[in-house]
Amino acid sequence: MTVPVAPRHDETFVLNVGPQHPATHGVLRVKMTMDGEYIVKAEPVLGYIHRMHEKLAEAGSYAQFMPNTARMDYLHALAFNHGWALAVEKAAGIEVPERAEYIRVITVELNRIASHLLWWAAFLLDLGGFTPLLYAFDDREQIIDLLERITGSRLTYCYMRFGGVYNDIDDEFITGTRAFIKRLRSRWQRMYHDLVTGNIILIKRIKDIGFISQEQCRRYGATGPVARGSGINYDVRKNEAYSVYSEFDFDIPVYNECDSMARYMVRMDEVEQSLRIIEQALDKLPEGPVMAKVPKVLKPEAGYYYSAVETARGALGHRLVCTGDKNPYKLKLRSPTFCNLSLFGEVAEGMLLADALAFMGSLDLVIPEIDR
Amino acid sequence: METSIWRALLYLVGIMAFAGVNAAWLGWCERKGAARIQRRTGPMEAGYQGLLQPLCDGAKLLSKQLLVPQGVDGILFRVAPVLAMIPAITSMVVIPFSENVGARNMELSVLLLFALASIGMIAILLGGWASGNKYAIISGARSVSQNLAYEIPMLVTVITVVMISGSMNLRDIALDQQGGFWHWNIFRLENGHFVTMWISFLIFFICSVAETNRAPFDMAEAESELVAGFMTEYGSMGFGLFMMGEYLNIVVGACLTATLFLGGWDGPFGMTSGIWWFLIKIYILIFTFIWIRWTFPRVQIYRLLNLSWKILIPFSMANLLITAALIKVF
Repeated sequence: MTVPVAPRHDETFVLNVGPQHPATHGVLRVKMTMDGEYIVKAEPVLGYIHRMHEKLAEAGSYAQFMPNTARMDYLHALAFNHGWALAVEKAAGIEVPERAEYIRVITVELNRIASHLLWWAAFLLDLGGFTPLLYAFDDREQIIDLLERITGSRLTYCYMRFGGVYNDIDDEFITGTRAFIKRLRSRWQRMYHDLVTGNIILIKRIKDIGFISQEQCRRYGATGPVARGSGINYDVRKNEAYSVYSEFDFDIPVYNECDSMARYMVRMDEVEQSLRIIEQALDKLPEGPVMAKVPKVLKPEAGYYYSAVETARGALGHRLVCTGDKNPYKLKLRSPTFCNLSLFGEVAEGMLLADALAFMGSLDLVIPEIDR
Repeated sequence: METSIWRALLYLVGIMAFAGVNAAWLGWCERKGAARIQRRTGPMEAGYQGLLQPLCDGAKLLSKQLLVPQGVDGILFRVAPVLAMIPAITSMVVIPFSENVGARNMELSVLLLFALASIGMIAILLGGWASGNKYAIISGARSVSQNLAYEIPMLVTVITVVMISGSMNLRDIALDQQGGFWHWNIFRLENGHFVTMWISFLIFFICSVAETNRAPFDMAEAESELVAGFMTEYGSMGFGLFMMGEYLNIVVGACLTATLFLGGWDGPFGMTSGIWWFLIKIYILIFTFIWIRWTFPRVQIYRLLNLSWKILIPFSMANLLITAALIKVF
């Protein structure tokens, strides 16, 4: 985009976007120094819903922290469940039955689609289109109903256990999931791409806007669709395959345009890839138990452990320090949105307010995961 | 035309009723239309299909305190919502609903309408300025630049219509288009005006969407950017007046479009003309307003201004020239 008039920096004012603002989707506050409608400086202010989750992990046993994981990224809670389960299983050396691994992948990918659909809805809402929100929620509702039957909750799941999952899936879930895949595929082109992606106003609003270079991605540690929209082919599911992801045939969508449109397309394509993974997992689903024999009280051997999973927003790392006690000694989370948000200040400089907020939407921020 | 006090009173009551009913129930139509587009039901609780919803909303807004925050310009803050409403109602005076239904037959009614329309913009600017809120001030500044940009192509297109009809009287312009849709300005066969007039119609319609601050051109109240724009600090009936003013502006815009381009009260195939044709036309146009709003995302402010200055103004100027040439040649 060519900026028609160079902003003058001699007369500025501070615009306080948030902590309660319709575009920040949560309690994020951005202190923007503005020159008219141009942003001179944007400074994210964090910590409004900091709940000390990492410290809480030290206070309870390993299992007691599982519900907390869902309260961080509430949109892709199962991936956070999965990440914590993987970290502790690695520390305690627990083998997970194969059926449980498959169920984990199916539920996590369903949850990923739900998360992407919600992002899509909220992003379009940021751009002023209200109708797509309800179309996406229609589809998302199907996923949530499916997951509710299995996990018992609709948003903040506590489904994974060390050594398996809480509940086996049944035939009704499998037929329901297959029906959902068919339904979403039949609607995908018509309701999502024809109606929204091809819309001229949408293209004009997000194409060539919000340019993030590869160098910036590396410097800030951006991962997930933000990095993949800048041409960095990195997905934990492929590059450091965990669980049973290596057994499935799926692609990692990568776009080189570095703009908001590229990030948009990455997420849209990821939904299709997740559908492929679920389909394959349902086909290959082995019989067997969904829970390994695990002692009631876990006391992993002393040491440092790290494990990573790919959430809808990028790489989530758990660094776990154990001392052989029944509580973790220390837990450090590396959450994707925190790194992705750090980019905002640098990229938003010189942008117009409307463009900056559209760019913020393309980062897919989930605030409780930043603040933890 | 006889000027009896009864006639004046009758029209006063009639216009107030028309304006009031439209301002209230267009909100209901909008919610129902949006619901239909979004595959839900919309208001259903108050009365049949939620038809009493506007009354409930009105009662709720009236019973709330009109909160005037500290540090605002008290007088301007209170005047602005009224200013949003008055010009819209006053505009109704000169609109010819049919050959014999119209409060005032004025020679310069087109001019009067556009003069009144400009006041609506001042209401938004005043509301934004008096609120003393940064979002509201940005919104006020945006709406001024937007309205200025869109008034030019709008007026230029109106001039083409005025040239064709040779009158600035809305009633005469409508009378000039009687006798079937091929006489309407948009498809006018005479002098070959149909070549350019449908473009004029499009320009005029786009401009009226922009002038009424409707999505996708709702820069002034872009909620994801400016919270609620100039209405951020308004609650209770102050907010209600702004909303009703917006709907009335839509009605006035639709009435103008129908009169200037779609033959006013004329039936399409030489059918019995009458007020019902006028009402059908304006409600189809109003539905289009609603349809557009719930289909498109919002444009950026600079693209909005570019659209006007770089596309609409040159096209409307060219249309003006071609129309003038056509009139001269034939």
